[in-house]
Amino acid sequence: MLKVKNLEVYYGVIAAVRGIDFEVKEGEIISLIGSNGAGKTSTLQALLNSIKRKGEVVFGGYDTKNHKTHTLVQKGLALVPEGRRVFINLSVEENLRMGAFNNDENYEHLKDEMYKLFPRIGEKKSQMAGTLSGGEQQMLAIARALMSEPKLLMLDEPSLGLAPKIVGEVFETITRLRDEGITILLVEQNAYAALSISDRAYVLENGEIAISGDAKDLIGDDSIREKYLGG
Amino acid sequence: MDILTFMQQMVNGISLGSMYALIAIGYTLVYGVLRLINFAHGDIMMVGAFTAYFAHASGVPFGLAVILAIFAAMVTGILTDKIAYKPLRDAPKISLLITAIGISFFLENLFNVLFGGVPRAFSAPDYMTKILHFKGMYIPVTVIIIPTVTLILLFIMLWILNKTKYGMAIRSLAFDIPTVKLMGINADFIIMLVFAMGSGLAAVGGIFYAVSYPSIDPLMGVIVGLKAFAAAVLGGIGSVTGAVIGGFILGFTEIVVVAFMPELGGYKDAFAFVFLILVLLFKPTGIMGQDLERSRF
Ligand SMILES: Nc1ncnc2c1ncn2[C@@H]1O[C@H](COP(=O)(O)OP(=O)(O)OP(=O)(O)O)[C@@H](O)[C@H]1O
Ligand SMILES: [Mg+2]
Repeated sequence: MLKVKNLEVYYGVIAAVRGIDFEVKEGEIISLIGSNGAGKTSTLQALLNSIKRKGEVVFGGYDTKNHKTHTLVQKGLALVPEGRRVFINLSVEENLRMGAFNNDENYEHLKDEMYKLFPRIGEKKSQMAGTLSGGEQQMLAIARALMSEPKLLMLDEPSLGLAPKIVGEVFETITRLRDEGITILLVEQNAYAALSISDRAYVLENGEIAISGDAKDLIGDDSIREKYLGG
Repeated sequence: MDILTFMQQMVNGISLGSMYALIAIGYTLVYGVLRLINFAHGDIMMVGAFTAYFAHASGVPFGLAVILAIFAAMVTGILTDKIAYKPLRDAPKISLLITAIGISFFLENLFNVLFGGVPRAFSAPDYMTKILHFKGMYIPVTVIIIPTVTLILLFIMLWILNKTKYGMAIRSLAFDIPTVKLMGINADFIIMLVFAMGSGLAAVGGIFYAVSYPSIDPLMGVIVGLKAFAAAVLGGIGSVTGAVIGGFILGFTEIVVVAFMPELGGYKDAFAFVFLILVLLFKPTGIMGQDLERSRF
């Protein structure tokens, strides 16, 4: 579904991503883990052409090279950005409407689905998104991304700043979405939680892929355990 | 001061305020999405007034001339954005501001070269210039038409902004452009809509101005534009309702000053800027304003 070859991102002369290759197959949950500044967010933004990049990114058979961010989203790529970035000055419901900007026909139906999936935001649909708690905002950000009915859903550190119990809920939801047929690319620092729901994973260090493999092997790997899973 | 004169002045104030309001909305919308004070906005109003003038003078019915003027202003607004502002989206805001001033000079001088600087009498059809006698008051029909049209346009604007997905996108854009793109929304298209709406309203304001003070010239947008800008800041830049409130406050003040303190009449243009300075000193976010500077992360 997504094939990335030799992806590079530079900020001026600083290399944030140094020629990485990876692949996401249909129906998988893939996680991209790494510590602060490893280049995870840069990678996701590069996939969507939100920032300048080099290398080849093929999504569902398309070469994405000359596409703008918004056309890639229309083609079925969606990103839940780091820090949620819900539209704080819009109501919960309006946030969902924005997610379905190009999906008028299914808006009503999807909205009800989202309120079923996340009953907590359903109770607050006319509240300004800025008044939601961090966990609720994360759910709203995920719901908003789902409103475009993406083929590939990318999430940038969905666990950031959430209580462990809420992290569990969010990850459960991600698994459920995969079971409903959405392919997932998950970026996380919370390596243990990410690996425990993933099929495969890539470990990013200083803009390069240091290790990759099946999630269950990585979870058992001593060096990974030491570096990312807290010993 | 008798009640009749008072009523008369109120009516005039509403009418002048409406014009400022119509023009102020454009400043506030563009500022909301681009953080740009579009100094060319007053000149876009002038383009609208000139288009209406030439269309009407060459025999086009007034109603159609108004539509042509709105269209011409929209096209001018969209083109300034596409040609001058869009290449600077990622540039420092000050570059954008200087460019806007440049566009303003360009439009003023272009029209000066093309049509000369001599004011032209703006002839409106009789139904626009009639004066009604009502219980001893003299009421030009314009003072009824202008606020009515303004209110209708305002409600349409608020409806678009609050109820349609395009309006929601405009409001989102004011806070977070990259995330708007993540929704699959072409942000440049939404910005184009903003310029089109603001410019169209400015054209209507310009025509009202031309009908009320029946002459136009290439520099007509300068002072009116600045006052409308002051109105937008007064009301709270970024807020459409605020722009309208600011416009009315300014219109009333000006009329009241001239009517009740004729000795200060010569300073009437200065009041807008006194307001502007006071607002910037004591409540920079204006009456209805949100703190947009801090809100875009
Ligand atoms: N806009 C920018 N300008 C300059 N350098 C940047 C910019 N954004 C990121 N970087 C640099 O690029 C590198 C990778 O950053 P990136 O945000 O991709 O890391 P990350 O893996 O997402 O980290 P985190 O887990 O903290 O979110 C870092 O060294 C960062 O300092
Ligand atoms: Mg990051």
